[in-house]
Amino acid sequence: MSIIEGRNTARGTVAAWVYLLPALIIISVFVFYPLIMAFRMSMYESYNFYKNVGTGFGFASFKRVLCDSDFHIAVKNTLFLSFVAMPVSIIISLVIALLISSIKKFQALFQTFFFLPYVTSVIAVGIVFRWLFHSNYGLINYFLGLFHIHPVAWLNNPKTTIYALAIYYIWGNLAFNTIILLVGVQNIPKMYYNAARVDGAKWGKIIFRITLPQLSPTIIFLTIVGFIASFKVYNEVYALFGDLGGAANSAYTIVFYIYRTFYGAGRMHIAAAAAVILFVAILCITIIQMLVSKKFVHYK
Amino acid sequence: MEIRLENIQKKFSSVVAVHDMNIRIKDGSLTGLLGPSGCGKSTTLFMIAGLYAPTAGNIFFGDEAVTLLPPEKRGIGLVFQNYALYPHMTVLKNILFPLENMKIPKKEALKMAEEMADIVQIRDLLDRKPSQLSGGQQQRVAIARALVKKARVLLLDEPLSNLDARLRLETREEIRRIQKETGITTIYVTHDQEEAMSITDDIVLMDKGWIQQQDSPQQMYLNPGNQFTAEFLGNPPVNIIDGKITDSVLVVCGEKLCGFDGVEDQPVVVGIRPEAVLIGNGDIKASVRLIEIVGKDKIISLDLKGCLIRAIVSLDYDCNVEELLSFSVKHSGVFLFDKTTGARIKGFAS
Repeated sequence: MSIIEGRNTARGTVAAWVYLLPALIIISVFVFYPLIMAFRMSMYESYNFYKNVGTGFGFASFKRVLCDSDFHIAVKNTLFLSFVAMPVSIIISLVIALLISSIKKFQALFQTFFFLPYVTSVIAVGIVFRWLFHSNYGLINYFLGLFHIHPVAWLNNPKTTIYALAIYYIWGNLAFNTIILLVGVQNIPKMYYNAARVDGAKWGKIIFRITLPQLSPTIIFLTIVGFIASFKVYNEVYALFGDLGGAANSAYTIVFYIYRTFYGAGRMHIAAAAAVILFVAILCITIIQMLVSKKFVHYK
Repeated sequence: MEIRLENIQKKFSSVVAVHDMNIRIKDGSLTGLLGPSGCGKSTTLFMIAGLYAPTAGNIFFGDEAVTLLPPEKRGIGLVFQNYALYPHMTVLKNILFPLENMKIPKKEALKMAEEMADIVQIRDLLDRKPSQLSGGQQQRVAIARALVKKARVLLLDEPLSNLDARLRLETREEIRRIQKETGITTIYVTHDQEEAMSITDDIVLMDKGWIQQQDSPQQMYLNPGNQFTAEFLGNPPVNIIDGKITDSVLVVCGEKLCGFDGVEDQPVVVGIRPEAVLIGNGDIKASVRLIEIVGKDKIISLDLKGCLIRAIVSLDYDCNVEELLSFSVKHSGVFLFDKTTGARIKGFAS
């Protein structure tokens, strides 16, 4: 068989395409076609979703999106999640992973505990968090009350909704990040630590000069995945604030904005334009990250 | 720096890795810790390094008790079996790392690192990452990193086990040269008797956590203290046969081999070095069972009334299988051991 031998014969090429066909059809129908349609949709000035007809061709929808104050809130919130909440989540995970890895007994048990949030439904956790954040009965305000801090209307005050969202988002990401980092920490050969001890390195120095550089591929992986995920936050908003996206739309994220514009307002072409903007943004950030990471990451 | 281990013992949960160990390692010597796998030699090294705490006993560097000191306070350099070079740092950064921890000013540290790099001859590799180096080069970097902080003692844990045969020969010479050049007291762990015999000043032979013998390589070979030592050293290995002493004469398989004065009549275990079997010189008769050619030597297995005795002769010695040869044994290459304890029984030639 030419395919097995790896030669690029005509027969082999045809056979390869035949094998790929089922996957290609599914991908074309459910990924490529909608993608192209979304691009097309975004270029209309007005559009009828049911009849699939649009009028006016140009960048008017993009302009509408970029001038929309709800979109500004969405971008601001999304950036807050990507640049503040996501790094905070990784740092907390790192600390937890280092702590767990230094426990000798019950390590597997703690590992399981920290992984539980990952297998729990976002919506179910959201309901619990709604109670935690409740301004009168919530545990968080009760706790703040112990320090004589006035109750915060986490979910109803437009100024605090993003913090509630960020806390929930950080907590939700801890499980995955911690497990991946823990595996990374456990994979660092013990001999480096022994060598560093003999070399007289102190605890902090060992963390910063041995552990972190050895973990850098893992950290960069989590950062890239986390970045992309933070740009797509939607479930969390829905779980905490329901269909409307918080007081005065203050908890909007970009994807939630797309969702609202699509279903709530029925302005499909505007939603499509926002989706294209999001696509370009994620693409750019990923490229920049890959370029930057090459400089700082040690791959084996 | 003289190193002394007094009544050192190490237990891992219920397993005793090292039993009641007493050794003295001379200042400026290269001492080999030799033994089969699992004999406790690496454990001993790590106790000297401070990575393991002994269960009992004391360790002294000179007059200073270091038993409770952490590794970084002992002034040791340790080269690990896999070198443990930090893969994300360049060679230079690797060598600088211990100095950094000692808070030595950058300029001075750089000078020290470069000096060390010169001694181990890796000056042109300083900007590379460990993964870009060969095994032998990594070895040199590891030694440089161990020595750069002006270590008092250099500890090497099976430093050649990851190298190929040719490089192994070269590197062991190199280790010897560096040790001589720096004059540093060095402990060298290995399971390879040939390696230990060729470069060390002194060997500590261990088995099952017990010290078998401490001596210079030559003395240990010529004058083994017990059966284990005799068997562990030497290639081809010593012949081990059952025998007995009757009227001050050693009898093996019904043949009188040689006289042993001052030994009572008793059954014994006999060890005969292959080179102590002198073929064509004597009146003991045996037939040739097997001939093996090993490089420049020929190993002849002689059948002495059912006992197999290997002899080593030069390649140009001509003989055939089944041929009847006469031989005698050189008294200095024949050792008697107690049948139950394996301890050496000494006698005189007669």
